[in-house]
Amino acid sequence: MSARLAAVVADVGARVVSAVWRIGFASRFFWLMLRHSGTALRRFPLTVREIYFAGVLSLIIIVVSGLFVGMVLGLQGYDTLARYGSAEALGVLVALSLVRELGPVVAALLFASRAGSAITAEIGLMKATEQLDAMEIMAVDPIARVVAPRFWGGVISMPLLAALFSATGIFGGYLVGVVLIGVDAGSFWSQMQAAVDFREDVWNGVIKSIVFGVVVTWIAVFEGYDAPPTAEGVSGATTRTVVTSSLAVLGFDFILTALMFRGV
Amino acid sequence: MSASTATAAGASGENVVEIDDVSFAYDDVRQVLSGISLAIPRGRLVAIMGGSGCGKTTLLRLIGGALRPTRGAVRVFGQLVNRMNQDELYALRRRLGMLFQFGALFTDMSSYDNVAFQMREHTALTEELIRDLVLMKLHAVGLRGAAHLYPAELSGGMARRVALARAIALDPQLMMYDEPFAGLDPISLSVIGQLIRRLNDALGATSIVVTHDVMESLKIVDYIYFIADGRIIAQGTPDEIRASTMPFVHQFVHGEIDGPVAFHYPSRAYRDDILGARA
Amino acid sequence: MMKRSTLDLWVGAFVMMGLGALLFLSLKVANLSSFNGGDTYPVYASFDNIGGLKVRAAVKSAGVVVGRVTAIEFDNQTFEARVRMDLESRYVFPKDTAAKILTSGLLGDQYIGLSAGGDIANLKPGDTLKITQSAVVLENLIGQFLYSKAAEGTEKKP
Repeated sequence: MSARLAAVVADVGARVVSAVWRIGFASRFFWLMLRHSGTALRRFPLTVREIYFAGVLSLIIIVVSGLFVGMVLGLQGYDTLARYGSAEALGVLVALSLVRELGPVVAALLFASRAGSAITAEIGLMKATEQLDAMEIMAVDPIARVVAPRFWGGVISMPLLAALFSATGIFGGYLVGVVLIGVDAGSFWSQMQAAVDFREDVWNGVIKSIVFGVVVTWIAVFEGYDAPPTAEGVSGATTRTVVTSSLAVLGFDFILTALMFRGV
Repeated sequence: MSASTATAAGASGENVVEIDDVSFAYDDVRQVLSGISLAIPRGRLVAIMGGSGCGKTTLLRLIGGALRPTRGAVRVFGQLVNRMNQDELYALRRRLGMLFQFGALFTDMSSYDNVAFQMREHTALTEELIRDLVLMKLHAVGLRGAAHLYPAELSGGMARRVALARAIALDPQLMMYDEPFAGLDPISLSVIGQLIRRLNDALGATSIVVTHDVMESLKIVDYIYFIADGRIIAQGTPDEIRASTMPFVHQFVHGEIDGPVAFHYPSRAYRDDILGARA
Repeated sequence: MMKRSTLDLWVGAFVMMGLGALLFLSLKVANLSSFNGGDTYPVYASFDNIGGLKVRAAVKSAGVVVGRVTAIEFDNQTFEARVRMDLESRYVFPKDTAAKILTSGLLGDQYIGLSAGGDIANLKPGDTLKITQSAVVLENLIGQFLYSKAAEGTEKKP
């Protein structure tokens, strides 16, 4: 009995130690990546290429999801607000929920599963097929040449995607609320404009999406770089990227929301 | 082919690679290399042979500075690799070329861009000049016509040749080949073998071929080291190796199933395993 | 090389779209242009009770937003709340303008309503409004209501 307990304790201990070790390695990796970002920023076409893969290829899913989320918000919001006789506040509800929360968060979750997993799989496969080793032996630093451009591509793409998500979402809410249900267009926009503050709401949403972009891309490149160089290793790392970065986005969202909107 | 019968280690003149009493272990449990010494003189094409997992690839990584020995000294071009920092290593590696086991071509670039990669990274050459150089390198491996193809569109043998063109892009003084013959059909195999020999002589480079393909290497190399259990157990010119009566070398060269390298993984006695379970 | 340029085009279009969306959010949704553009001048007012008034709340006159609350402090001498408002310079008000704390809707945000007086001289930057009316605190209102009901009940009993 006690031997079994000891085994469980040892197992938990080993897991904790390895988790701490990974976090430490991930932090050192983050620092290395920032230090070797010179190439990615000096030779900007490298980063532009990654913006294409992380940003442009995520456009469709972001725009379509944004539209649908906005339309659902319009329907549900109207249903609830109409009970209190304030259907005109629909614009406020749609805009505030998108700009503050749903835009950055849902866009980041979609980004993690669309672009994050692709980044992990790509870097993991490059490692598994010795492409990173080959680069290293050719005296080219893979962190500067492969990792950093992907990181910056993701960090630049994320806020733009989140803004697009919010904008199409508001348009979706407008379609359902104003065009379909018939809420007055004037009060839809004017109440929205009166209630949404640039610095408080829009800018904080942008800051959120930048933080999410850093977190998701960091996890994605790290998991790829750290993946065991086998097929199972890479597929496991890809799954871990989606799970870890989604949890990280939600966790950071809580922290940021608590910091930003406290006592306003 | 070189007719030299002097042992490579004993040859006078400069040694491009000198490995002196090197040991290496990934962890405390398994010693990969223990006390290896060898020297490779300029211009020579040397093979390092041994069974799978005997530490041949580790040796290449030690020479390239990707790994550091736990004991001993690795010298390349007379410089001690062990204690080099990142910048010194990168400076050294610009004079090295390496062909990886499966080519390790960059899958997101065409053959052309793969070969041009190092020129664009390390030189300030104009695109026109790079174009001429890339086509020359591709021509040397007979694949000038495949410049626009991506690695996924190449056969295994062609990919290996493009990787070879990429490895010689900056005319390295030391070429390393990691299992260049693995997984190739007989024709591609001879092609690669002849290319390795020709490039070595044309570039005036020094080459190390790590392989377990005896027949092909005996045809092309100047000198051979046999490694087993992390030690050098035999060495000599191809003729000496062919004539060797050492049991291991004989087994290896002639591909016999049992011998010093046992067919069976170490285990309890067969009889005990079968009958013991019933007892 | 052909591929490179179409890729650039896509990335350029993507960046333009993203920035356009940001612009849309700041101008059309948050209406950044309406109150961040012009100069402002500070005006002060003291209230017995500001209720739920917050910094950045609107200052309205005749329903039009004319400024924002920029600071709320507690005055140790008078035991009153001292509110600083930044009014847009293009709006001018007489010296005897009154400030009330109002609520938009029954449970909505609180804001400051300014009603112009009849003085000939206009407010100058840094002036303090003399006539103020505090926020209506719902608990006090309910408390008063209950108290008067209870008083009615005791009157009827004997």
